[in-house]
Amino acid sequence: MTAAFILVCSLGFLLMFFVSYCRSLLATSSAETLTPEVRDVAGIASTVSPEDFIRVIQLLQLCPDRPEERGRVRIVSAYYTFLGCVRSTIAALAPSLKSWTDRERAQCGYFAAVVLGKRIAFSRDLLAQQMLP
Amino acid sequence: MQYIVWFAGALLEAAVVVCAIRRHLFRRYFFLNLYMSVAVLASAVRYEILQHYGFLSLTYAYSYYYSDALLTILLFFALSSLYSDVFKELHAERYVQLGSVLLLAGTAVFSFAVVQQSSGKLLSHFVFEISQNLYFVGLVLTYILWAAILKMRETRARLIQLVLSLGVYFSLYAANYALRNLYPSVGWLFELLNPLIGCFLPFAWAYAFWRTPEEAVLVPARLAVSAR
Repeated sequence: MTAAFILVCSLGFLLMFFVSYCRSLLATSSAETLTPEVRDVAGIASTVSPEDFIRVIQLLQLCPDRPEERGRVRIVSAYYTFLGCVRSTIAALAPSLKSWTDRERAQCGYFAAVVLGKRIAFSRDLLAQQMLP
Repeated sequence: MQYIVWFAGALLEAAVVVCAIRRHLFRRYFFLNLYMSVAVLASAVRYEILQHYGFLSLTYAYSYYYSDALLTILLFFALSSLYSDVFKELHAERYVQLGSVLLLAGTAVFSFAVVQQSSGKLLSHFVFEISQNLYFVGLVLTYILWAAILKMRETRARLIQLVLSLGVYFSLYAANYALRNLYPSVGWLFELLNPLIGCFLPFAWAYAFWRTPEEAVLVPARLAVSAR
Protein backbone atom coordinates (compact mmCIF):
# COMPACT_ATOMS: atom_id res chain seq x y z
CA MET A 1 0.00 0.00 0.00
CA THR A 2 2.78 2.44 1.01
CA ALA A 3 4.81 1.48 -2.08
CA ALA A 4 1.80 2.03 -4.40
CA PHE A 5 1.19 5.45 -2.83
CA ILE A 6 4.87 6.37 -3.21
CA LEU A 7 4.82 5.20 -6.84
CA VAL A 8 1.79 7.29 -7.82
CA CYS A 9 3.10 10.43 -6.07
CA SER A 10 6.61 9.95 -7.50
CA LEU A 11 5.33 9.69 -11.07
CA GLY A 12 3.24 12.86 -10.61
CA PHE A 13 6.21 14.78 -9.15
CA LEU A 14 8.51 13.38 -11.86
CA LEU A 15 6.26 14.78 -14.58
CA MET A 16 6.17 18.20 -12.93
CA PHE A 17 9.91 18.45 -12.24
CA PHE A 18 10.87 17.08 -15.66
CA VAL A 19 8.70 19.63 -17.52
CA SER A 20 9.98 22.50 -15.33
CA TYR A 21 13.62 21.40 -15.70
CA CYS A 22 13.31 21.16 -19.49
CA ARG A 23 11.67 24.59 -19.57
CA SER A 24 14.60 26.00 -17.57
CA LEU A 25 16.96 24.65 -20.26
CA LEU A 26 14.78 26.12 -23.03
CA ALA A 27 14.55 29.47 -21.21
CA THR A 28 18.33 29.93 -21.41
CA SER A 29 18.11 29.96 -25.22
CA SER A 30 14.96 32.06 -25.57
CA ALA A 31 16.89 35.28 -24.84
CA GLU A 32 19.22 34.68 -27.80
CA THR A 33 18.23 35.88 -31.25
CA LEU A 34 18.49 33.72 -34.37
CA THR A 35 20.77 35.06 -37.06
CA PRO A 36 19.40 35.36 -40.62
CA GLU A 37 22.01 32.78 -41.64
CA VAL A 38 20.62 30.15 -39.23
CA ARG A 39 17.08 30.94 -40.36
CA ASP A 40 18.16 30.41 -43.99
CA VAL A 41 20.01 27.17 -43.28
CA ALA A 42 17.22 25.73 -41.11
CA GLY A 43 14.44 27.00 -43.38
CA ILE A 44 12.77 28.82 -40.51
CA ALA A 45 10.28 31.54 -41.49
CA SER A 46 9.34 34.45 -39.20
CA THR A 47 8.48 32.16 -36.25
CA VAL A 48 9.65 28.65 -35.39
CA SER A 49 6.94 26.04 -36.01
CA PRO A 50 6.44 22.94 -33.79
CA GLU A 51 7.62 20.66 -36.63
CA ASP A 52 10.93 22.51 -37.21
CA PHE A 53 12.67 20.69 -34.36
CA ILE A 54 13.22 17.39 -36.21
CA ARG A 55 14.69 19.11 -39.27
CA VAL A 56 17.01 21.29 -37.17
CA ILE A 57 18.19 18.24 -35.19
CA GLN A 58 19.04 16.49 -38.48
CA LEU A 59 21.09 19.54 -39.47
CA LEU A 60 22.77 19.55 -36.05
CA GLN A 61 23.97 15.99 -36.66
CA LEU A 62 25.79 17.19 -39.79
CA CYS A 63 27.88 19.70 -37.81
CA PRO A 64 30.93 18.87 -35.66
CA ASP A 65 29.76 17.90 -32.18
CA ARG A 66 30.33 20.14 -29.13
CA PRO A 67 30.48 17.87 -26.05
CA GLU A 68 29.14 20.55 -23.68
CA GLU A 69 25.82 20.65 -25.59
CA ARG A 70 25.31 16.93 -26.11
CA GLY A 71 23.49 16.23 -22.83
CA ARG A 72 21.26 19.29 -23.11
CA VAL A 73 20.22 18.38 -26.66
CA ARG A 74 19.39 14.83 -25.55
CA ILE A 75 17.21 16.02 -22.68
CA VAL A 76 15.36 18.50 -24.91
CA SER A 77 14.92 15.74 -27.55
CA ALA A 78 13.37 13.53 -24.84
CA TYR A 79 11.10 16.43 -23.85
CA TYR A 80 10.07 16.91 -27.50
CA THR A 81 9.24 13.18 -27.79
CA PHE A 82 7.26 13.37 -24.54
CA LEU A 83 5.31 16.39 -25.86
CA GLY A 84 4.64 14.51 -29.12
CA CYS A 85 3.20 11.59 -27.12
CA VAL A 86 1.01 13.93 -25.05
CA ARG A 87 -0.17 15.70 -28.22
CA SER A 88 -1.19 12.50 -29.96
CA THR A 89 -2.90 10.97 -26.91
CA ILE A 90 -4.30 13.11 -24.07
CA ALA A 91 -4.24 16.41 -26.00
CA ALA A 92 -6.65 14.99 -28.58
CA LEU A 93 -9.36 15.42 -25.93
CA ALA A 94 -8.30 18.90 -24.74
CA PRO A 95 -7.66 21.64 -27.35
CA SER A 96 -5.92 23.92 -24.82
CA LEU A 97 -3.41 21.16 -24.04
CA LYS A 98 -2.81 20.72 -27.77
CA SER A 99 -1.95 24.39 -28.26
CA TRP A 100 0.28 24.26 -25.16
CA THR A 101 2.21 21.26 -26.53
CA ASP A 102 2.59 23.07 -29.88
CA ARG A 103 4.02 26.15 -28.14
CA GLU A 104 6.43 23.98 -26.19
CA ARG A 105 7.50 22.03 -29.29
CA ALA A 106 8.14 25.33 -31.08
CA GLN A 107 10.32 26.38 -28.11
CA CYS A 108 12.27 23.12 -28.52
CA GLY A 109 12.76 24.03 -32.20
CA TYR A 110 14.01 27.49 -31.24
CA PHE A 111 16.44 25.93 -28.74
CA ALA A 112 17.76 23.56 -31.43
CA ALA A 113 18.16 26.47 -33.87
CA VAL A 114 20.19 28.44 -31.28
CA VAL A 115 22.43 25.39 -30.77
CA LEU A 116 22.75 25.06 -34.57
CA GLY A 117 23.92 28.69 -34.76
CA LYS A 118 26.59 27.97 -32.14
CA ARG A 119 27.73 24.84 -33.96
CA ILE A 120 28.01 26.71 -37.27
CA ALA A 121 30.14 29.36 -35.55
CA PHE A 122 32.22 26.60 -33.91
CA SER A 123 32.76 24.86 -37.29
CA ARG A 124 33.80 28.15 -38.83
CA ASP A 125 36.35 28.71 -36.05
CA LEU A 126 37.71 25.18 -36.54
CA LEU A 127 38.08 25.79 -40.27
CA ALA A 128 39.78 29.14 -39.66
CA GLN A 129 42.27 27.47 -37.27
CA GLN A 130 43.08 24.81 -39.88
CA MET A 131 43.61 27.45 -42.56
CA LEU A 132 46.15 29.30 -40.42
CA PRO A 133 49.74 28.60 -41.45
CA MET B 1 26.96 -2.14 -20.89
CA GLN B 2 26.07 -1.75 -17.22
CA TYR B 3 29.74 -1.23 -16.37
CA ILE B 4 29.97 1.56 -18.95
CA VAL B 5 26.95 3.35 -17.47
CA TRP B 6 28.40 2.87 -13.98
CA PHE B 7 31.80 4.30 -14.93
CA ALA B 8 30.10 7.15 -16.78
CA GLY B 9 28.13 7.92 -13.61
CA ALA B 10 31.28 7.92 -11.45
CA LEU B 11 33.07 10.14 -13.98
CA LEU B 12 30.15 12.58 -14.01
CA GLU B 13 30.18 12.66 -10.19
CA ALA B 14 33.87 13.50 -10.23
CA ALA B 15 33.17 16.08 -12.94
CA VAL B 16 30.73 17.89 -10.62
CA VAL B 17 33.45 18.35 -8.00
CA VAL B 18 36.01 19.41 -10.63
CA CYS B 19 33.56 21.91 -12.18
CA ALA B 20 32.72 23.32 -8.73
CA ILE B 21 36.41 23.73 -7.85
CA ARG B 22 37.22 25.33 -11.23
CA ARG B 23 34.33 27.78 -10.83
CA HIS B 24 35.21 28.47 -7.15
CA LEU B 25 31.88 27.05 -6.00
CA PHE B 26 33.11 24.17 -3.83
CA ARG B 27 32.63 25.91 -0.49
CA ARG B 28 29.45 27.67 -1.52
CA TYR B 29 27.77 24.38 -2.38
CA PHE B 30 29.75 22.35 0.15
CA PHE B 31 27.13 19.67 0.94
CA LEU B 32 26.36 19.11 -2.74
CA ASN B 33 30.06 18.59 -3.42
CA LEU B 34 30.49 16.46 -0.30
CA TYR B 35 27.72 14.19 -1.57
CA MET B 36 29.35 13.89 -5.00
CA SER B 37 32.80 13.22 -3.48
CA VAL B 38 31.43 10.45 -1.24
CA ALA B 39 29.47 9.06 -4.23
CA VAL B 40 32.75 8.71 -6.19
CA LEU B 41 34.35 6.98 -3.20
CA ALA B 42 31.34 4.67 -2.81
CA SER B 43 31.51 3.74 -6.51
CA ALA B 44 35.19 2.80 -6.12
CA VAL B 45 34.50 0.72 -2.98
CA ARG B 46 31.51 -1.03 -4.61
CA TYR B 47 33.60 -1.82 -7.67
CA GLU B 48 36.35 -3.35 -5.53
CA ILE B 49 33.83 -5.48 -3.62
CA LEU B 50 32.15 -6.51 -6.89
CA GLN B 51 35.50 -7.67 -8.29
CA HIS B 52 36.33 -9.68 -5.17
CA TYR B 53 32.97 -11.17 -4.19
CA GLY B 54 30.77 -10.99 -7.32
CA PHE B 55 27.43 -9.39 -8.10
CA LEU B 56 25.29 -12.04 -6.40
CA SER B 57 27.25 -12.09 -3.13
CA LEU B 58 25.75 -10.93 0.16
CA THR B 59 28.81 -8.76 0.79
CA TYR B 60 28.12 -6.78 -2.37
CA ALA B 61 24.40 -6.48 -1.56
CA TYR B 62 25.17 -5.22 1.96
CA SER B 63 27.84 -2.79 0.75
CA TYR B 64 25.46 -1.50 -1.93
CA TYR B 65 22.49 -0.85 0.35
CA TYR B 66 24.52 0.49 3.28
CA SER B 67 26.44 2.92 1.08
CA ASP B 68 23.16 3.86 -0.63
CA ALA B 69 21.57 4.68 2.74
CA LEU B 70 24.61 6.80 3.68
CA LEU B 71 24.48 8.63 0.34
CA THR B 72 20.74 9.25 0.72
CA ILE B 73 21.34 10.82 4.14
CA LEU B 74 24.09 13.01 2.65
CA LEU B 75 21.79 14.02 -0.19
CA PHE B 76 19.21 14.89 2.42
CA PHE B 77 21.72 17.31 3.98
CA ALA B 78 22.55 18.69 0.51
CA LEU B 79 18.86 19.42 0.09
CA SER B 80 18.69 21.15 3.46
CA SER B 81 21.67 23.32 2.39
CA LEU B 82 19.65 24.38 -0.67
CA TYR B 83 16.80 25.25 1.72
CA SER B 84 19.22 27.40 3.74
CA ASP B 85 20.30 29.15 0.53
CA VAL B 86 16.72 29.97 -0.48
CA PHE B 87 15.71 31.10 3.03
CA LYS B 88 18.97 32.94 3.74
CA GLU B 89 17.34 36.36 3.56
CA LEU B 90 14.77 35.33 6.14
CA HIS B 91 17.58 34.24 8.54
CA ALA B 92 15.86 30.88 8.95
CA GLU B 93 18.93 28.61 8.51
CA ARG B 94 18.84 27.37 12.09
CA TYR B 95 15.21 26.36 11.84
CA VAL B 96 15.88 24.61 8.53
CA GLN B 97 18.76 22.62 10.06
CA LEU B 98 16.70 21.67 13.10
CA GLY B 99 13.75 20.70 10.92
CA SER B 100 15.87 18.51 8.64
CA VAL B 101 17.46 16.64 11.57
CA LEU B 102 14.02 16.05 13.12
CA LEU B 103 12.63 14.84 9.79
CA LEU B 104 15.60 12.52 9.30
CA ALA B 105 15.10 11.06 12.78
CA GLY B 106 11.35 10.75 12.18
CA THR B 107 11.89 8.90 8.89
CA ALA B 108 14.37 6.55 10.57
CA VAL B 109 11.91 5.78 13.40
CA PHE B 110 9.04 5.24 10.91
CA SER B 111 11.17 2.93 8.75
CA PHE B 112 12.27 0.94 11.80
CA ALA B 113 8.66 0.60 12.96
CA VAL B 114 7.59 -0.68 9.51
CA VAL B 115 10.46 -3.18 9.35
CA GLN B 116 10.01 -4.40 12.94
CA GLN B 117 6.46 -5.50 12.17
CA SER B 118 7.25 -7.46 9.03
CA SER B 119 10.78 -8.78 8.96
CA GLY B 120 13.21 -11.14 10.58
CA LYS B 121 16.34 -9.61 9.02
CA LEU B 122 15.88 -6.35 10.83
CA LEU B 123 18.98 -4.36 9.95
CA SER B 124 19.27 -5.14 6.22
CA HIS B 125 15.56 -4.51 5.62
CA PHE B 126 15.79 -1.35 7.70
CA VAL B 127 18.55 -0.05 5.43
CA PHE B 128 16.41 -0.74 2.32
CA GLU B 129 13.28 0.74 3.89
CA ILE B 130 14.99 3.92 5.12
CA SER B 131 16.49 4.52 1.66
CA GLN B 132 13.10 4.24 -0.01
CA ASN B 133 11.40 6.45 2.58
CA LEU B 134 14.18 9.04 2.54
CA TYR B 135 13.95 9.28 -1.25
CA PHE B 136 10.26 9.94 -0.91
CA VAL B 137 10.68 12.43 1.97
CA GLY B 138 13.43 14.11 -0.08
CA LEU B 139 11.06 14.29 -3.03
CA VAL B 140 8.30 15.93 -0.96
CA LEU B 141 10.83 18.37 0.54
CA THR B 142 12.12 19.25 -2.93
CA TYR B 143 8.54 19.92 -4.01
CA ILE B 144 8.05 22.22 -0.99
CA LEU B 145 11.33 23.99 -1.83
CA TRP B 146 10.19 24.43 -5.44
CA ALA B 147 6.89 25.87 -4.19
CA ALA B 148 8.85 28.27 -1.94
CA ILE B 149 11.01 29.32 -4.92
CA LEU B 150 7.86 30.07 -6.91
CA LYS B 151 6.26 31.92 -4.01
CA MET B 152 9.38 33.96 -3.15
CA ARG B 153 10.06 34.69 -6.84
CA GLU B 154 13.63 33.38 -6.54
CA THR B 155 15.35 34.08 -9.86
CA ARG B 156 18.86 32.57 -9.56
CA ALA B 157 19.04 30.25 -12.58
CA ARG B 158 21.72 27.99 -11.12
CA LEU B 159 19.85 27.42 -7.87
CA ILE B 160 16.62 26.73 -9.78
CA GLN B 161 18.35 24.17 -12.00
CA LEU B 162 19.97 22.47 -8.99
CA VAL B 163 16.60 22.15 -7.25
CA LEU B 164 14.67 20.98 -10.33
CA SER B 165 17.25 18.37 -11.24
CA LEU B 166 17.21 17.12 -7.65
CA GLY B 167 13.42 16.81 -7.96
CA VAL B 168 13.72 14.73 -11.13
CA TYR B 169 16.36 12.52 -9.51
CA PHE B 170 14.39 11.93 -6.29
CA SER B 171 11.21 11.15 -8.27
CA LEU B 172 13.00 8.62 -10.49
CA TYR B 173 14.61 6.87 -7.53
CA ALA B 174 11.46 6.89 -5.37
CA ALA B 175 9.43 5.43 -8.26
CA ASN B 176 12.11 2.82 -8.92
CA TYR B 177 12.25 1.76 -5.25
CA ALA B 178 8.46 1.60 -5.09
CA LEU B 179 8.32 -0.57 -8.23
CA ARG B 180 10.89 -2.93 -6.73
CA ASN B 181 8.79 -3.20 -3.58
CA LEU B 182 5.61 -3.82 -5.58
CA TYR B 183 7.14 -6.34 -8.00
CA PRO B 184 9.98 -8.12 -6.14
CA SER B 185 10.03 -10.97 -8.69
CA VAL B 186 11.39 -8.60 -11.38
CA GLY B 187 13.43 -6.54 -8.92
CA TRP B 188 16.60 -7.23 -10.94
CA LEU B 189 15.10 -5.27 -13.84
CA PHE B 190 14.60 -2.14 -11.72
CA GLU B 191 18.02 -2.64 -10.16
CA LEU B 192 19.52 -2.41 -13.65
CA LEU B 193 17.98 1.05 -14.01
CA ASN B 194 19.80 2.40 -10.92
CA PRO B 195 23.11 3.31 -12.59
CA LEU B 196 21.23 4.96 -15.48
CA ILE B 197 19.15 7.07 -13.10
CA GLY B 198 22.30 7.82 -11.11
CA CYS B 199 23.86 9.54 -14.14
CA PHE B 200 21.18 12.22 -14.34
CA LEU B 201 21.93 14.19 -11.16
CA PRO B 202 25.72 14.56 -11.65
CA PHE B 203 25.17 15.51 -15.29
CA ALA B 204 22.62 18.20 -14.36
CA TRP B 205 24.72 19.57 -11.48
CA ALA B 206 27.93 19.60 -13.52
CA TYR B 207 26.05 21.48 -16.22
CA ALA B 208 24.62 23.94 -13.67
CA PHE B 209 28.08 24.61 -12.17
CA TRP B 210 29.96 24.79 -15.45
CA ARG B 211 27.57 26.40 -17.91
CA THR B 212 25.12 28.48 -15.87
CA PRO B 213 26.70 31.81 -14.98
CA GLU B 214 26.32 33.29 -11.49
CA GLU B 215 24.34 36.27 -12.78
CA ALA B 216 21.94 34.23 -14.96
CA VAL B 217 18.31 34.67 -13.97
CA LEU B 218 15.09 32.85 -14.77
CA VAL B 219 11.46 33.67 -14.09
CA PRO B 220 10.38 30.58 -12.12
CA ALA B 221 6.66 31.22 -12.69
CA ARG B 222 7.26 30.68 -16.41
CA LEU B 223 8.78 27.26 -15.74
CA ALA B 224 5.90 25.93 -13.64
CA VAL B 225 3.65 23.42 -15.40
CA SER B 226 0.46 25.31 -14.59
CA ALA B 227 1.80 28.74 -15.54
CA ARG B 228 0.44 29.09 -19.07
